[in-house]
Parts: sequence; structure tokens; C-alpha cells
Amino acid sequence: MNLAVKDIRHNLGRFILTSVGIGMLLMVVMGMGGIYRGIIEDATLLIDKMGGDIWIVQENTRGPFAELSRIPQNLTHRALSVPGVTVARSFVQHTVQRQHNGKRLRMTVVGLDWPMDKGQWVSLLSGRILNQNHYEMIADKSLGLDLGEKIKLGKNTYAVVGITSSMISSGGDGIGFFTVSDAISIQFDSPGEAVRLERAARSARVKKSDIGLKQPSLIEFSSQASSLLPALASPQVSSVILKLSPAANIKQVMGIIEGWEDVSVYTSEDERQLLLKGSVAKVRKQIGLFRILLTIISAIIMALILYTLTLDKLHSIALLKLIGASNWVTLKLILQQALILGGTGYGIAYFLGQKIFPLFPRRVILSAEDLIQLAIIVFIISILSSFLGIWRALQVEPNEALN
Amino acid sequence: MVDQLAIQADGLKKVYGSGNTEVVAMEHASMKVARGEIVALLGPSGSGKSTFLTAVGLINPPSSGSIKIGGQVVLNGPKPIVDLKEFRRKHIGFVFQKANLIPFLSALENVQIALEINGHSPKDSRSRALELLNELGMADRSSNLPSMLSGGQQQRVAISRALANNPAVILADEPTAALDSHLGRQVMELFRDIAHKHGTGVIVVTHDQRALDVFDAIYEMEDGIIKLSQQ
Repeated sequence: MNLAVKDIRHNLGRFILTSVGIGMLLMVVMGMGGIYRGIIEDATLLIDKMGGDIWIVQENTRGPFAELSRIPQNLTHRALSVPGVTVARSFVQHTVQRQHNGKRLRMTVVGLDWPMDKGQWVSLLSGRILNQNHYEMIADKSLGLDLGEKIKLGKNTYAVVGITSSMISSGGDGIGFFTVSDAISIQFDSPGEAVRLERAARSARVKKSDIGLKQPSLIEFSSQASSLLPALASPQVSSVILKLSPAANIKQVMGIIEGWEDVSVYTSEDERQLLLKGSVAKVRKQIGLFRILLTIISAIIMALILYTLTLDKLHSIALLKLIGASNWVTLKLILQQALILGGTGYGIAYFLGQKIFPLFPRRVILSAEDLIQLAIIVFIISILSSFLGIWRALQVEPNEALN
Repeated sequence: MVDQLAIQADGLKKVYGSGNTEVVAMEHASMKVARGEIVALLGPSGSGKSTFLTAVGLINPPSSGSIKIGGQVVLNGPKPIVDLKEFRRKHIGFVFQKANLIPFLSALENVQIALEINGHSPKDSRSRALELLNELGMADRSSNLPSMLSGGQQQRVAISRALANNPAVILADEPTAALDSHLGRQVMELFRDIAHKHGTGVIVVTHDQRALDVFDAIYEMEDGIIKLSQQ
């Protein structure tokens, strides 16, 4: 006869309420783990998904995910000349916050090197990849944009041609995928008045210089659009991603690029680690510590609940001892109740988590590894928390049943 | 003749505390109960009845004296000769003033648990428990929780539990105190029938003078000393 189950059945309402309480506490522990996992997944998402072997970034910077990085677009040509490099793609990433349909829209703009990269690696929920070099975008569903919806960013209007999910940047913003040229346009967009003033200022500077005095036609030439002036550099990109041939030696390729004095170079794993040890590290540590605290609190609360449940049964325990039950019978009763409580709480935590976590603004990822780890923790704290109750039960003398 | 005795207690003494705080709760307490015999132990409150009962019940062993149960010496002097807990489980049944049933177990399960604790299989325990409840007229209430039973019904279940392991002796501590006189008499008669039918020695500590005719012998206890008053 399982006394633990019999007692639970007898006090079912109390057990359910207690389990829900424990379950909600465990749900928070589970959620903290999920948020922690979500932050890491979001942070490393693009590095993992884009499938590059090497990232070239601005000299002495840690790359576009850790800090601002600016390198010339034409670096792709230089990189392609390195033996072993088969693909060199420009990559642009920056965050914008605009008003759209009267609502605030915060989005991480990612530029893909179209037509080499049309976003084939992005898993689409609906729609298609980028089929043209301009005015199209793929939007993460968290941005709240619909397929076919048009959005004005800067001077241009972009049509949403594809919807994806779980594409979130390390800052927690939904990602919008554009071509590199559109991403740059969005980044460096200036109001018409600012452009006119800059052109006028440029003409004034040329007028005052010797070359302007010697060649007056240059004054008119300098007031054209920046993109038409060969003397001005084209807008810069965040980084260049390289793909190597299977036979290439990554160390050799990196050795060559490291010799260039204007850039730094990292493997994808380096970039990943830089990110995890950099911007994500503190958040990761904070959540980790908070999770440990919550686990300890859960254990204490469980111990107190089990102790109270044991106090309620002291007379029955004394009676059992009086009719000859060994200590093992009472120990088993409390231990089984602790495990049932922990198990039920864990089940409730998982069930509630499945319903509630998707409503969170940032991704909460319940990985199998984390769930198993928490199950083991719950198992251990169930056993540990039953010790107080077991200790009290062992103090009970059979003659207490006579009182 | 010794083998015919359910319980034999000789010269039991129980001392609490030591030195200046020493209290003698019971002294020279002796009693013999034959198999199938039911005896009453009367006495005012504080006379040492419960001390005697817990001593022979091996719950609170005496400081000195000897106890023999079912022909086996279990205690001779302060040190027990057998494992008291195991012996108690196998050979002694208890019934209390309150029925003292486990509240989260049904009537059947309250009897069944006593058998399971003693190593019987759940199936055998269940069938034996049903048999006992049936014998005491409680079969139709077997699935009821104690809270759904009257005081008399609860005592019947407690008696069934006490009988579960065919004990040599049943010790009852004021089992009718919480019952009205009619029910009290019924329970006393039940004890007598059980003693005679099962050959179990029954010691009943009671204040109830109205059902003394049920007993085969009556002992009285005063200031820790037991005297046979009627046989």
C-alpha cells in the first residue's frame, strides 16, 4: 500500500494548491534558464546560420556583433584573391527605430550580399527570399509586419516578401533582412535638406581651395550626389564573411589576412566566443546567479512545505510506529511525497511554461538539455528538502499515539 | 500451564527521573492473563494503569521485572531479550480510548496496513482484513474513511486492526471512554467474544463500572501496585 499516494488523495485540494505553487516557482527557474538560453541563441544566431568560416572586421575591433565595425565594401575583391577563399560576402548590421502605422518599430537591419546571398538560409514561415537587389525585405514575425506590407525606411519603401520566425538579434530586436545596398541606404539616409547643405558646403570648400580656383568646373562637379564623386569612398560595410574551399588551411588563410594592417580577422568560433564573453557575458552571469538563488529558494520552500505536511501526520506516524512499522515505512512516506510533489511541480512548470513563455517579448528556449538538468535538480532538491520532515518523523515515539 | 498464558508480568517497576527527581510510577506490578481470558484493570487516574499497559505493551519498557508473552520471555530486567518493535508488531494488538485510525486510510486499509507492515502481501492482507471486518460486522463500511464512521464503528475497525496479526494479547486503554453506555457494553462484549473465540488474552484498562460482568478477572491498581480484586 502506498501511504504517500493515499495521503495525497485524502488531501487532494491542498496537494494541488501546493503543487501549483511549487510548479509556478519551478516555472520561473525554468523560464530563467530559457531566457538565458534564448539570449545565447539570439546572440549567436547569425554567426551560426550564415555559415561563414572567417569574419574580416575593422582593425582592432571585435566585429559587428560586439561593437561598431567599418570596412570598405571592396574588401571582398581583396579577400577573393587569397588562395583557398571561394566566397566573400559583405555583411551589414545595424539597428533602427522608426514609426510605422503609428507604432514604434525597432528592428535590426541585416544586409545580405545579393545576389550571392538571397537569404536562402533563412527559414521562412511564408513568402519567399529576396528576388531583386532593391526594395524587398524578409521580416521576422516578431516585428508584426505582414506579408506584402510596405514599410517606408528613409526615402525608400520596402515590401515584405517573406516572413520568418525566431530571427532575433543579440539586443532582442526582430531582424529585417535586406540587400546590402538597401541596408546601407537605410543606415546612411540623410534628410534632403541635410544633403543640400552638405553639397553647398562641399562646393564652398572647393571654391576656397587652390584646385577650385585653377579648375572652376570642379565646383559644379562637387555639388553632385556623393555616389557620383570618385574622390569620395563608397559607404562602408560591417564585415566581410569568407567561405573557404574544403581543402584550404584556415590558419594559412587567416595568416595572410592578418598581414593586412587595416583589418582584424576571426574564425566563426572566435566571433561566437567574443560575443559570449563580451556583451552577453554579464547578462548570462546575472541570469545564472538569479537562477541559482531561485533554486535555493525553491528548495527551502519545498522543505518547509514537506515539514508542515509531516507535522500534520505526526499522530499517524506515531500510530504506524506503535503497530510496529519500521522507520523505513515513514521515511518512504515522506520521501515519496517529496518526489511526487517535485515531479508534479515540474510537470505543472513545464505545462504552464509552454503556455506562458511564448508571450514573453524575448525568446525563452526550453532545450532538452536544460529540461533534463532542471529535472535532476528538482529530483535532488526533493530529496534534500524531505530531510527536515524525515528528521522530525524519526523523532516521533510510538507512545505519542496514546496521547 | 505456563504455555497457556497469554501474558505474564512479574515484579514490574517503572522509575522516571533519578536522584531527587526520581518518581516511582509502578512497583511490584504482576499479572497473569491466560489465553482466551479477558481481564479488566481498574484504578483512579494517576494510579499507573497506563504505565503498566505501555510497559507490557513494550512501548515504554519497565525499569525492572520480567515479561513473558505467549510463553516467550521478552524482558527480564532492564534489557530486552527480543527486538521489542518486531515482537510488538507480531504478538501484541492495541486499542485506544480514541479509535486512533489513520485518517487518510479507509477502514479496510487501516486493518490492511497492520498486516502489510508485518510482511504479508497486499493481496493476502486485503482478504484477511476484509475477513476481520466482516467478523466484526463492518464489511459494508470497509471503504469508508474514519471520518465517515461513528465512534463505535471506529472502535470496531481498531479492534479488527488489533486482531490482524493474531496477537497473543490485546491491550485496550479505556476503549469505551468515548462511547455511550450501550455502545460501550457492545464493545466490551466484543472483546470478550474475541478473547474466547481467538484464544487471545485481553487486558482492558477501564473506568467503566457498568460492564464489569463481562470480564473473567478484575484487577485494581492503586499507587503503582496491582491487586486481583475479583475472579
